[in-house]
Amino acid sequence: MIFDYPTLKLIWWLLVGVLLVGFAIMDGHDMGVGTLLPFAGRNDEERRIIINTVGPHWDGNQVWFITGGGAIFAAWPIVYATAFSGFYWAMLAVLWALFFRPVGFDYRSKIHNAVWRSTWDWGLFVGGAVPPLIFGVAFGNLLQGVPFHFDDTLVPYYTGSFWALLNPFALLAGVVSTAMITCHGAIYLAHRTEGDIQRRAITAALVFGVLMLAGFSAAGLWIANGSFGYAITSAVDAAALPNPLAKTVEAQSGAWLANYGKAPLTVLVPALAYAGGIAALLLVRKRRTLAAFVASSLAITGVIGTAGVSMFPFVMPSSTAPGASLTVWDAVSSHRTLGIMFWATLIFMPIIVAYTGWAYKVMAGKVTAAYIRENEHSAY
Amino acid sequence: MVSEQLVDLSRLQFAATAMYHFLFVPLTLGMVWMLVIMESVYVMTGKTIYKDMTRFWGKLFGINFALGVTTGITLEFQFGTNWAYYSHYVGDIFGAPLAIEGLMAFFLESTFIGLFFFGWDRLSRQQHLLVTILMAVGTNLSALWILIANGWMQNPVGSEFSYETMRMELTDFWAVVFNPVAQGKFVHTVSAGYVTGAMFVLSISAWYLLRGRDVEFAKRSFRIAAAFGFASICSVIVLGDESGYALGEAQQTKLAAMEAMWDTEPAPASFNLVALPDEAGMKNDFALHIPWAMGIIGTRSLDKTLPGLNEIYAKNRERVTVGIEAVKRLETLRRNPRDTAAREAFEQVRDDLGFGLLLKKYVASMDDVTPELIDRAARDTLPRVAPLFWTFRIMVALGFAMLALFGLALWHSVKGDFAQRPWLLKWALYFLPMPWLACEMGWFVAEYGRQPWTIYGVLPTHLSVSTLTVESLYGSLAGFVGFYTLLLIVEMYLMVRFARQGPGSLGTGRYQNEAQHA
Repeated sequence: MIFDYPTLKLIWWLLVGVLLVGFAIMDGHDMGVGTLLPFAGRNDEERRIIINTVGPHWDGNQVWFITGGGAIFAAWPIVYATAFSGFYWAMLAVLWALFFRPVGFDYRSKIHNAVWRSTWDWGLFVGGAVPPLIFGVAFGNLLQGVPFHFDDTLVPYYTGSFWALLNPFALLAGVVSTAMITCHGAIYLAHRTEGDIQRRAITAALVFGVLMLAGFSAAGLWIANGSFGYAITSAVDAAALPNPLAKTVEAQSGAWLANYGKAPLTVLVPALAYAGGIAALLLVRKRRTLAAFVASSLAITGVIGTAGVSMFPFVMPSSTAPGASLTVWDAVSSHRTLGIMFWATLIFMPIIVAYTGWAYKVMAGKVTAAYIRENEHSAY
Repeated sequence: MVSEQLVDLSRLQFAATAMYHFLFVPLTLGMVWMLVIMESVYVMTGKTIYKDMTRFWGKLFGINFALGVTTGITLEFQFGTNWAYYSHYVGDIFGAPLAIEGLMAFFLESTFIGLFFFGWDRLSRQQHLLVTILMAVGTNLSALWILIANGWMQNPVGSEFSYETMRMELTDFWAVVFNPVAQGKFVHTVSAGYVTGAMFVLSISAWYLLRGRDVEFAKRSFRIAAAFGFASICSVIVLGDESGYALGEAQQTKLAAMEAMWDTEPAPASFNLVALPDEAGMKNDFALHIPWAMGIIGTRSLDKTLPGLNEIYAKNRERVTVGIEAVKRLETLRRNPRDTAAREAFEQVRDDLGFGLLLKKYVASMDDVTPELIDRAARDTLPRVAPLFWTFRIMVALGFAMLALFGLALWHSVKGDFAQRPWLLKWALYFLPMPWLACEMGWFVAEYGRQPWTIYGVLPTHLSVSTLTVESLYGSLAGFVGFYTLLLIVEMYLMVRFARQGPGSLGTGRYQNEAQHA
């Protein structure tokens, strides 16, 4: 093994971040397009144009989500176990919302019937809007700490309810997340369309982009002035075998800002959210849609990165048993598994990026009404 | 302690969603290679009809694929949502193949399926064929990694329990990858998928021929399906048979249960063609034997014995007894992890820890264990015989019936007279559901036969669940049943509609039923 255990633990924190950011950028833009579908497309042909901008790609993009889940399972098994079972109804809501996507995309245009098609359009809206909303709410709750503990054989017990997840701060985080993904999708839509749809997409990008920046700022102020944060109060041995019950933790107001003081360069992460967001808005106004898409991707990186950096080394703090909080040091897989998964990711990720890029290149260009008419039987 | 109702509902939900997912997977696995064959012929001959075949069967493939994707995500979620302790306890090993499946296979399959459908006018013929091949490779690699994960549940190699982290940890990644049980499962499962794909094309083509519709299109499809199906069913039967079951204890237990072998017979054992198992008495009330057959099938030899259930029971009862000690010594060690004497004491009995954990179904503390409970726990290690015995036989019978069908279909394809053989065409048509039935039976045998374990010998099912409420389980189960019923209705509606319309649905102007525009 080239890397020692603490280094690999840190690398895996970064890799999970990369996978989440990859998911938000790739699956995010087609979810954003799905969210905008019923509003940006005023008739069937317009809606088919919108759907076909992501038609060839949504399936590949969704794998970012599946691989992200798999990677958390492999690298942070106890996080996967505790979060998925604790957020039971939230996860099921995401899952059931996602049900509408494969069938919505593939089945919608196979039948010539207005009710059928409009039903699937709203299905695609649900599949596009609900997951980012719930992921945002979940992050909002992670930032506050969630009520769980373990027994001495590490069986996780979650003692909160679904409704308690929907508290004001978490809902604000949900708004930030949904606005971010919708803005990103709108920019992509503007890039792949022309005329009326493009005009509506640009408007949507501006509205949701401003909403994201405002929400992100509000959440930042709330964290700076409210009682947020946890800190490890015992000595941290990053090389130790993972045991989430071996430390002591206490809730500390302002602890989520401590990392920016300890490592001032990390301020660049929230700065990236602002720089990317503002650049995306300026660029999309000038119809420089590809550059705006890149800027918006950077904004996403900044927003998700800010949550990660603020909480580091915490991944899932416990509000009811802070000592049982899960961190990058004690919620991980064995040294061997982390090493193998590191190499698997390192080898396959560039290959994935290469063929995904090729697929986009093959399908590049504006999706037009003429395209839909020529491909009446095969287009979505 | 976890309520039995919670465990049963969690199992029911997983079984229902997994078996539902497996309605779509086999067809995807098989159809994708049929598409590769059809498109290869198109690229080699340049005949448009083969392109149309690829596109039409591809359309039906796509309708099926959408539900395969939809229902597949459920399974990945469910390990975390409903099997939290399982996820913690074995995630170090089990998570890796799932993640690698995403990286190596699912990305490939899902990215190229988009180009398969939308890239016809933007790619050269060769490029498009390459896309189709990569999609097929991705689909099959996906099955490989999933079955490596599943194979580890049946035969947990390359790993050991760590008392410090209170979970199983990986010791040998390649042992997990090259687990013989996983490899056997992979070959058997994908071959069964190929049979399903072939049967689908064969049946629908037979229907067109019976109706005298799109005859050239249907005849070509039928021939490809007959040849591919025959090769595949041979592979299912020869490579997927019980040879794999001689490996590993879980598989031996399963084999004994599905063959209703209560006693260990002198080699070579006889085969119970029909039996009436008496579960309580641990014997068969009646059995029709074929001498020698079981020993030869199961061990590929005349001199090796296969353990019967009664022998397995006696051995497992011993292991439960040692397992009690393992649980106790683990508790001592966890209280004082630096105590080397305690560690050595635990190491001596560590291998039977899982058998001790079986008792946690009945008691919280090992001090409360009675001899009757030890009997019960040991009895729990034997799956119920009758369901396994009969589902296995139905699967095998269907397999041989399909062998006969594909054999005759291929024979008459070579002779070139199948279109004039209505009995053959009708047989092909009516057999459409059979591969699905056989596949579901196969899954049932594999997974029900592993009970009471999630990981054989390591982690009992009743300890694996999430600590949810029974009400949550009823709610989610109702949600899944509702969604899945609706989705199935929609899928079947589209599938039947487009199968009925036939290649005319491509709108090329070359086929019948063009007018019936969708």
